[in-house]
Amino acid sequence: VCTHRVRSCSSIRFIKSKYVCVFDKSALKFSHQQRLFRTSAVSCGQIVQFKLSDIGEGITEVTVKEWYIKEGDSVSQFDSICEVQSDKASVTITSRYDGVIRKLHYSIDDIAFVGKPLVDIEIDASKGVAPEEDVVETPPMSHEEHTHQEIKGHKTLATPAVRRLAMENNIKLSEVVGTGKDNRILKEDILNYLAKQTGAILPPSPKAEIVPPLRKTETVPAALKDKARKIPVPVSRPIAFSGKDKTEPVTGFQKAMVKTMSAALKIPHFGYCDEIDLTQLVQLREELKPLAELRGVKLSFMPFFIKAASLGLLQYPILNASLDENCQNVTYKASHNIGVAMDTEQGLIVPNVKNVQVCSVFDIAVELNRLQSLGSAGQLGTSDLTGGTFTLSNIGTIGGTYAKPVILPPEVAIGALGKIQVLPRFNGKGEVFKAQIMNVSWSADHRIIDGATMARFSNLWKSYLENPASMLLDLK
Amino acid sequence: MVLQSLKSCRWLSCILRTPKACFWSTASGALIIQSVSNDVYQNLAVEDWIHDHMDLEKQQVLFLWRNSPAVVIGRHQNPWQECNLRLLRQKNIKLARRRSGGGTVYHDLGNINLTFFTTRKKYERMENLKLVVKALKALRPQLDVHVTDRYDILLDGQYKISGTAAKLGRTSAYHHCTLLCNADKFVLSSVLKSPYKGLKSNATPSVPASVKNLFEEDPSLTSEMLLDAIAKEYATQHHIDHHITVINPADETLLPGISIKTKELQTWEWVYGKTPKFSVSTCLNMAFKDSVLDVKVNMDVKHGRIEVCNIDLPEQWLPPGLYSQLVKSLTGSKFCPNETTALVTALLRVCPQDDELHSRWSLLCENMIMLM
Repeated sequence: VCTHRVRSCSSIRFIKSKYVCVFDKSALKFSHQQRLFRTSAVSCGQIVQFKLSDIGEGITEVTVKEWYIKEGDSVSQFDSICEVQSDKASVTITSRYDGVIRKLHYSIDDIAFVGKPLVDIEIDASKGVAPEEDVVETPPMSHEEHTHQEIKGHKTLATPAVRRLAMENNIKLSEVVGTGKDNRILKEDILNYLAKQTGAILPPSPKAEIVPPLRKTETVPAALKDKARKIPVPVSRPIAFSGKDKTEPVTGFQKAMVKTMSAALKIPHFGYCDEIDLTQLVQLREELKPLAELRGVKLSFMPFFIKAASLGLLQYPILNASLDENCQNVTYKASHNIGVAMDTEQGLIVPNVKNVQVCSVFDIAVELNRLQSLGSAGQLGTSDLTGGTFTLSNIGTIGGTYAKPVILPPEVAIGALGKIQVLPRFNGKGEVFKAQIMNVSWSADHRIIDGATMARFSNLWKSYLENPASMLLDLK
Repeated sequence: MVLQSLKSCRWLSCILRTPKACFWSTASGALIIQSVSNDVYQNLAVEDWIHDHMDLEKQQVLFLWRNSPAVVIGRHQNPWQECNLRLLRQKNIKLARRRSGGGTVYHDLGNINLTFFTTRKKYERMENLKLVVKALKALRPQLDVHVTDRYDILLDGQYKISGTAAKLGRTSAYHHCTLLCNADKFVLSSVLKSPYKGLKSNATPSVPASVKNLFEEDPSLTSEMLLDAIAKEYATQHHIDHHITVINPADETLLPGISIKTKELQTWEWVYGKTPKFSVSTCLNMAFKDSVLDVKVNMDVKHGRIEVCNIDLPEQWLPPGLYSQLVKSLTGSKFCPNETTALVTALLRVCPQDDELHSRWSLLCENMIMLM
């Protein structure tokens, strides 16, 4: 049975073929044995069989474990072709030639033999038979200074692969010292030159990365409250940008988020924002922090925000409700399971603290600690992440003041808390004093929540936080 | 033994392939270095760095390192097949995939790692292991240790105290091996036992062996003594001074590009995504209300992501729309409990709000997550 793989691109040019083939595009199957028809019209390059070289220790056969290239790919000298394994040794096979891969002689998990052909490479005819020869011609590029040939009257010797690498990294060949035969510039010379210039060995096509401030690394101490308040610093790239657009499918958690957010925006949102004076709360927390630490718990502001929200929900239970799909029924949830938005490696995760209505501020702090450490270890369970009835998002730890949060279905309200800033305010006597101000932005489902309800809830929540002693009166 | 800190990178840069190097031509034919770090990723990155950037023609290298608790799998292995990933996560034991072949090992500070760097031509594992045995016998002549033809070192003819792996590149090669001095055998055996059933793959399997610590044979031995003895023997055989140079794998000036290598070794794509294609074929026994459901699950996992997913549920147990949404979401998703948990809980938000439905969904999803 002859299985064929035909590349369905616009320039199929197979003419000479040993096999008769009638093909129907819809019936094409890609098989493991990838054999291409030998093209005769496109290029007249010579096909060289690249044999598997000696591995050492008398080894005669290896298992092919991974291909780094596929048929049709261009390769340069020293590019990795495949990974083979023999008796606990993993070997990277690199190309000896510049050219185009025309045939892979083995599939994954096949046994390959030393001395037998591994891949067929088509070498560009103009380069001649021996690819190790230096090419002294100037490639037709506009960056002439990078492929400058004359240094003090001598011609620089370098293969096209090396020239390309130099060009991609904005290196003048004239400034690189060649260590090859006749001072030929090798790939290693370019890499060494780069290392000295930039202090880093970077791959030729760098991926542009902005390091987000909350990403944890081993060197960032977890205890720092201000760790995420740094302004994101764009990483400076001294190397010429030769990047390409990268398209990937939306999978997994991202896909689920697409569904959730699409459903969320079907909810008619209205927003309500306010400013809270946390001066008294800041002081209270300072007093209580050491007490909590003695009990082994880290006390942030969130437990207070959460408890105050629960007290507010007792007065305005519609904010802790759920509307069914057809908007026929409203279910008033008995438990206040208040979700706390968490930024993790995955993205946005919202674990919730269950039954806040019967928890003390300290209980909430304990639970938050547990959820936070599980969240950063990537070990939150399904029960931690389901059953939420109301959400608070402390975006202020990253930064910002006002926000427009998106309600997480099946909930009907959400609050986003900005950062606490020290600002001048007027007191009752008309004097200016230093106030600790935080902004809150609420969003609610306008189908069942009206502005007045939201405003009154917010005012109550605000009053508890601005005057923490008043919480004592209503604490259950 | 003299420990000497590297003060300037200029020294090390002379070992790089810089032409007209001032220093190395007078330097010795070999170098012994030891890492100050116990981070498995940093230390593996040092191996990568030396392999990629050092000219081993003039100077061979012996690299000594130890790691805090970690499981290290071989380049072409399947972590689900090799170890108890759930236990690793619980105990905060790191998982690393090295670039060399071979099987899975457990590292902790009671295990020492030795890496012998040479040019490709001078790659010779048996010689290296004989050196180690010679050093051990010089330290304690009564030790019954020998090298097998599988490149293991056995104690008393039956207990494995060292395993080997190697990596060969275009011009350089390295052979590294472990040596059990005083590792926690209890943790070792529990983490290296996989609880995952129904896995079928062509990944390199590990060959389990009974292990023993050298400390159990002779309680006066410590890791430091063993490191020193091996360094001494290496120095003798290579006609160099018995100096161990200490290096810091976090030093970007000394080892330019090392932080990128370290980061790459920690990415999910490398540790899990490089797993050769495998399939999971198992049966979930779900206790629901008064009955037990047998649910057959078949999944194909490629590059660590679920390529194909089939869950054989009784008809109408879940609304068909929901079932297909689950399968569609899982397809293409990472074979990872964390990702799957986040995914299924997010999907639950857009399900009809029905307690019965929610409990069925949670039951199924939790069982699925246990497979990962």
